[in-house]
Amino acid sequence: MTGTPIPVAEAIDLPTRVWAPGFLRRHNLQLWVGGALLGVIVLLAALAPLLTSYDPAETDPASALLGPGSGHLLGTDNLGRDTWSRLLYGGRVDLSIAFIAVLVPFVGGVLIGTVCGYVGGWLDMLVMRIADIVVAFPFYVLVIALVFVLGSGRQSIFIAISVVSWVAYARIVRAEVLVLRNREFIEAGRASGLGGPRVVFRHVLPNVVTQAIVYSMSDIVMNVGVIVTLSYFGLGIVPPTPDWGGMMSNGQQFLAGGYYSLTLIPAAAVVLTSLALSLVGDGLAHALRINR
Amino acid sequence: MTAYVVRRLLLLVPVVLGVVTISFFLMHMTPGDPARDFLGDRASQQSVDALRHKWGLDQSLGAQYLHFLRDAATGHLGTSLYFGSPITHLLGVRLPVTLLLMLLGTVLAVLISVPLSVLSTASRRGYAATAVRAFNAVVQGMPTFFIGSMLILFLGLRTRVFPAGGYPEGFPHRLWALVLPAVTVALGIVPLLVRSLNASMVEISRSEFVAFGWAKGLDRARILLHYVVRNSSIAGISILGIQVGALAGGTLVVEQVFALPGMGSMLMTAILNRDYPVVQACTLCFAVLVVLVYLVTDLVYAVLDPRVRPS
Repeated sequence: MTGTPIPVAEAIDLPTRVWAPGFLRRHNLQLWVGGALLGVIVLLAALAPLLTSYDPAETDPASALLGPGSGHLLGTDNLGRDTWSRLLYGGRVDLSIAFIAVLVPFVGGVLIGTVCGYVGGWLDMLVMRIADIVVAFPFYVLVIALVFVLGSGRQSIFIAISVVSWVAYARIVRAEVLVLRNREFIEAGRASGLGGPRVVFRHVLPNVVTQAIVYSMSDIVMNVGVIVTLSYFGLGIVPPTPDWGGMMSNGQQFLAGGYYSLTLIPAAAVVLTSLALSLVGDGLAHALRINR
Repeated sequence: MTAYVVRRLLLLVPVVLGVVTISFFLMHMTPGDPARDFLGDRASQQSVDALRHKWGLDQSLGAQYLHFLRDAATGHLGTSLYFGSPITHLLGVRLPVTLLLMLLGTVLAVLISVPLSVLSTASRRGYAATAVRAFNAVVQGMPTFFIGSMLILFLGLRTRVFPAGGYPEGFPHRLWALVLPAVTVALGIVPLLVRSLNASMVEISRSEFVAFGWAKGLDRARILLHYVVRNSSIAGISILGIQVGALAGGTLVVEQVFALPGMGSMLMTAILNRDYPVVQACTLCFAVLVVLVYLVTDLVYAVLDPRVRPS
């Protein structure tokens, strides 16, 4: 005997490893391309002040509706505001909200789903009925009503998205936990006298959280969609703060006049961001070997 | 089966009640006074109070809620504060528009998704599969209102193939006017539908009976259409059911963009004008619609697949 043998209970209690080392080294083009694209977009938004000298809200009627070039990289809008600058600063606003708005539903939904799935009983019943009610609301009805009640702006968007989107995480994770609950290693943990919270957080949670991580990528895509849609209807980001939805709705008035770029540039930004996130999501699912 | 249907219908009651309750309290929490909005800033306090009394807004919130529940249970949805007409009448005009839009949207979504999924499954890792994935990712990234306005611009205003919006008289014209809106709502759910259908088809094509089909020497088309697509339609139905719920929410945005006189655009107007009775009636309708779609999905599922039939 060279070493002290590990007692059985302790061996079982070793944390379950999720992030297999080197999974990034596996051939995974989607993850790399998506990650790179997302990195560039985030970097552009983060470094906005260094990449443009124009104030995104500063109007200049003398240089309204200019085409690309002419001192303005992507031209100007109807009020003479620099499109490139608005695009970068708008990205800051939309992306930060979209990413932050995922955190609360993610953490809340995963915890609720894990506990409900593991504990079961009346708690599970109650929470899942609440989830049914939230899902029976057409998504935009609840979000628009909430934003209307709370007033336009970032905080309302956070709250509205959080109220609605925890359900998806809770349902995904709960379904996973229900399967996992009866697996041998969880039973072994219980049998060896580990407390409920320890089993849940150290052994169940790490195994189910990957599904939620993969889903969160599509959730961010949806958040971007919600934010720009709300702004489009005048319920989201309050002007003159730049945001992609506001830019698109503003540009739309000039589509018939042939000024496509005002709408298409922010739309392209939205589509590219979503594309990057979808690729990262698919790549992660592939890397973590999750079937979607 | 009948007992199952009855039990499922009874389970809908708490869900619908929950939706109605939330929308009631949500709307009554909105800042501002609908009576003041309706009469304008110059109206005297007396006339505002009189109107509040007429609309029952001077009662306590609990009393208003009980009042509302009693009325709703007996089919009295009240009168719109903003439109001024009975809500049952408004719904009678607007609900069919939304239902037709949802129906067309669902049909189009299936017509677009199934061939794309088959194409993607057939080519597995080939160019077609990559093209379908790219289409999916791009469409998924496009906000609904943007797809709608691009369709209006290019197929409505530029080429004038379809009307740019509105809802003309006469059924054939109406159907024609609903094509672009229906494509827009359909594209909102197509990416998820294709993804799920494709996953299900790939899984089925790995099963033993498909391997047996190959071993028997059946041709590719027969295996794909008769074995894979047919069996994936069971999973497809349940996925479609969930997505139709999302599609119902999408009508809210699409009706607004295409200026369609449906329930979604009425709800939008009502929310913005604090038209409590209309918001409640519309959310009630949407909730009932969504849960009924879920129910029908489960029933169709049970009919198609005897294994999940309730005993």
